[in-house]
Amino acid sequence: MMKLLSIELYKISKRPRTYIAFIAVTAIVGIFQFAFKADGQSYMNLMLQSVPDSFDLDMPKAINGYFMCYIILNTLLIQVPILIALIAGDAISGEANMGTLRLMLTKPVSRTEIILVKFIASVIFTIMLLLWMAVMALFVSLIIFGAEDMLIFRVKGDESQILQIASDDILWRYLAAFGYAAVALTVIAAIGILLSVFAENSIGPIIATVCIVIVCTIISNINVPVIDENVKPWLFTSYLVGWKGFFYIATTADGETIKGSLENWPAIRNSLFILIAHIIILVSMSVFIFNRKDILS
Amino acid sequence: MALIEVSNLSKQFKGVLAVDDISFTVNEGDVYGFLGQNGAGKSTTMRMLLTLIKPTSGSIRIFSKELSEGRHKILQQTGAIIEKPDLYKYLSAYDNLSIFARLSGISITKNLIMDRLNRVGLGERSNSKVKTFSQGMKQRLGIAVALIHDPRLIILDEPSNGLDPQGIADIRNLILQLRETGKTVVISSHLLSEIELVANRMIILHKGKKIVEGNVTDLLDPAETIVQIETTDNILAREKINSSPDFSTKLQNDNNGIRLKMNKNEVPALVHRLSEWGVDVIAIQPRHSLEDYFISLTNSENHDEAIKHRAL
Repeated sequence: MMKLLSIELYKISKRPRTYIAFIAVTAIVGIFQFAFKADGQSYMNLMLQSVPDSFDLDMPKAINGYFMCYIILNTLLIQVPILIALIAGDAISGEANMGTLRLMLTKPVSRTEIILVKFIASVIFTIMLLLWMAVMALFVSLIIFGAEDMLIFRVKGDESQILQIASDDILWRYLAAFGYAAVALTVIAAIGILLSVFAENSIGPIIATVCIVIVCTIISNINVPVIDENVKPWLFTSYLVGWKGFFYIATTADGETIKGSLENWPAIRNSLFILIAHIIILVSMSVFIFNRKDILS
Repeated sequence: MALIEVSNLSKQFKGVLAVDDISFTVNEGDVYGFLGQNGAGKSTTMRMLLTLIKPTSGSIRIFSKELSEGRHKILQQTGAIIEKPDLYKYLSAYDNLSIFARLSGISITKNLIMDRLNRVGLGERSNSKVKTFSQGMKQRLGIAVALIHDPRLIILDEPSNGLDPQGIADIRNLILQLRETGKTVVISSHLLSEIELVANRMIILHKGKKIVEGNVTDLLDPAETIVQIETTDNILAREKINSSPDFSTKLQNDNNGIRLKMNKNEVPALVHRLSEWGVDVIAIQPRHSLEDYFISLTNSENHDEAIKHRAL
């Protein structure tokens, strides 16, 4: 299995399309950092429109490395599934398209091993991409903007909230958030692999994966009671942004934040269970179908 | 010793019976040819031998093991090229060979890879990406991939497809070399000429059914050679042959020239007689009657009747 995995990673590392995702992340993060360095004030003014004037905010300190990373992740983690789909959707179908799948399957390697290795390689790619995001969005932002307490703007129910997290209480939250994002994005990789099993060219599974993410995201954002109760709890897209839960810090009755706390850990844990269940079901389906598939390419 | 034993093998694709209850045996050391028109079921059968396609019914035993149970061990001793050797175009020849060698389960060294690349004449292009290779070079690399682990059984499905004459000759020479070293080769083709030059045994498939199986030497009866003759005056030559009691019964209907079904030994006499009739011979082309036999079999509704006319 390790031998097969090292071969798979080597092949991925040699494909130019692998680096599209890293270049895209670098470009987007760079644009954000440049824009905020040049005119972060306008963004903050927009965010603070609904905040009472009495709120005392030290603007230069508010735009810091931690805050920047939060803003970037908020935007990027919605787009990254497309980049994951580029690799996962190509995993089996790309080999079928090139004709290498049939050659690979004439070798003494089991089909289950092939699917699992393709999946693990996609997960490793996802983690590498997130690590790169962490380096660019967090560490580079800390270098550019410095480290201060972080402000989180949040709409809870009908009211807007600003949560303040102490700078020495943030790093572990980012580690946990990136870990959660890795699990959430692995669901996308598992969808890509499953669709890839059916196709003999990469375009179909890549587009289909992106379409599924878009459609499910739209459904997740429809506010209709019947969908809220019966559909949303089972949609993976309802949990894609669950990483934010690590930044929703618990507060005391008089509004003071409690260092090292989480507002709703059970909800985060529940989200993780549902995402992991999605992954297990999708990968199991891929193994089942691929083992029964006739290779006609 | 039987290396491959196939019994009552069938494969159905969504209502289409691609392979219909065929049985055959390939012995160790055989070069076994699969012959049939496009869509005859050759590739489906070969893919079933390689576990790429699952049979609907029947059994396949290779190296005395059921293929479904002993797949891993069987494939460790099997090399294959299915149609064309598709490789990772964005990787070098060295990388491709290295990857498939590792997948074959053998321990590899740089010397081994370079040795195999040198053998197929690609040593100097070892670091070139496969996308820069010609079809012939890809085919040679595909051969190196198929043989890197020194397999006992080599399965080649239409290996000459898309190759130029030199490439086809290279494949033929390779198969003959493999035969000399005692390897068992299963090769499919819709080109009879390719099969008859390399195979010692063959099976003819048509519309998924086995039409006939036997030794190629038995099928290639020299007494049944078709001789095509081109002369300075084909009309006169045909008239003279038609009126000759020695040759008239051997004359075949052919709008494109003069064809006779005869023993090769009679050809000098025919040339002599033509000369006596004042007709000079420009060219003589012998064609094995197996080709006609193949055509008659695959076109005939009654295959048993066609087979009866031939002593196999």
